[in-house]
Amino acid sequence: MSEAFARPEIRKPKNNVFKKTKVLTDNVLHYCPGCGHGVVHRLVAEVIDEMGIQEKTIGIAPVGCAVMAYNYFDIDMQEAAHGRAPALATAIKRMLPEKFVFTYQGDGDLAAIGTAETIHAVNRGEKIVIIFINNGIYGMTGGQMAPTTLKGMPTSTSPYGRDIQTMGNPLKITELVAQLPGAYYVTRQSVHTPVNARKAKNAIKKAFENQAKGCGVSFIEVVSNCNSGWKLSPVKANEWMEQNMFPFYPLGDIKVDGELVK
Amino acid sequence: MAKIVGDVVINVERCKGCGVCVTGCPKDVLTLGKEVNGKGYNFVVKQNDECIGCANCAMICPDVVLTVYRTKIEE
Ligand SMILES: Cc1ncc(C[n+]2csc(CCOP(=O)(O)OP(=O)(O)O)c2C)c(N)n1
Ligand code: SF4
Ligand code: SF4
Ligand code: SF4
Repeated sequence: MSEAFARPEIRKPKNNVFKKTKVLTDNVLHYCPGCGHGVVHRLVAEVIDEMGIQEKTIGIAPVGCAVMAYNYFDIDMQEAAHGRAPALATAIKRMLPEKFVFTYQGDGDLAAIGTAETIHAVNRGEKIVIIFINNGIYGMTGGQMAPTTLKGMPTSTSPYGRDIQTMGNPLKITELVAQLPGAYYVTRQSVHTPVNARKAKNAIKKAFENQAKGCGVSFIEVVSNCNSGWKLSPVKANEWMEQNMFPFYPLGDIKVDGELVK
Repeated sequence: MAKIVGDVVINVERCKGCGVCVTGCPKDVLTLGKEVNGKGYNFVVKQNDECIGCANCAMICPDVVLTVYRTKIEE
């Protein structure tokens, strides 16, 4: 098959400005088309690569769509029971303090079943990085309501939309953990545009640098899409996210170097 | 005069046809094609030669489909 509009003459290593990082394996990701999980995996892997810490990093995979994250990161990985990633990260970091340790968790994992582990690990100021993917829904199990589901948002368990009277308020767990003394860096990012993805990558890098300095928890929320659970096309899901998720979950830093900035 | 040119190599079999990269390209280089790959996804193709190698597309592709090159050429 001939390729249209190709410039094979410029495809030389010295002209290469983007290629897959070696910290990602060659495995094809199992995520739905357009799912933000893939972008966040890549950004974390690129940061690990650029910091030269591939041999020194241990990741904790959650239960949720990212349950098989260990198939994609070419680093040491450990699978945690649902919601227990921060507890496992605590144990690993305390036993192997010279390692870089991060968790990768969805909102059902981190803000529902794992709320206690999240809050106490942050409150203890464990020297770990927490990457929190907030898509406002349980993606893996079929789009059930999550603590983070927006008011009025339809899910398979709130088909007429989340009713606050009976189903409670959406939980801003990121603002909540920012109040805790053990939180050193807390920020909310997204990865759906090139500008946002580059900012998110900088935030992830800052988080790993904080760990190198021995500071407390760096907590990075990424407001992301779940086009399957939201029942929208990938591009429409990103538009819906901008219009509906960002007003309630505003992007930006919440706590920097141990000081609240918002 | 020197001009910046770029090129994107598309790993067709990895592409899931989500179209997210299409929205990120400032030069309208990318579009979803009519052909499908082995998994049945209508993968992304190039529709012009205006690529500037900014890597915006690769930055937001969830499936690491794209490899990007950029250089300066004399015209
Ligand atoms: C102890 C236990 N309870 C419930 C489940 C079922 N379960 C699997 S994934 C999941 C929620 C996943 O949602 P989230 O963390 O938001 O991740 P996403 O899939 O959206 O990325 C649940 C409830 C389980 N696997 N184990
Ligand atoms: S179900 Fe949702 S979160 Fe899971 S892979 Fe699909 S789009 Fe992503
Ligand atoms: S590198 Fe930039 S100009 Fe080229 S296809 Fe990608 S987004 Fe478009
Ligand atoms: S973002 Fe990636 S997977 Fe989606 S259409 Fe573009 S190249 Fe294909």
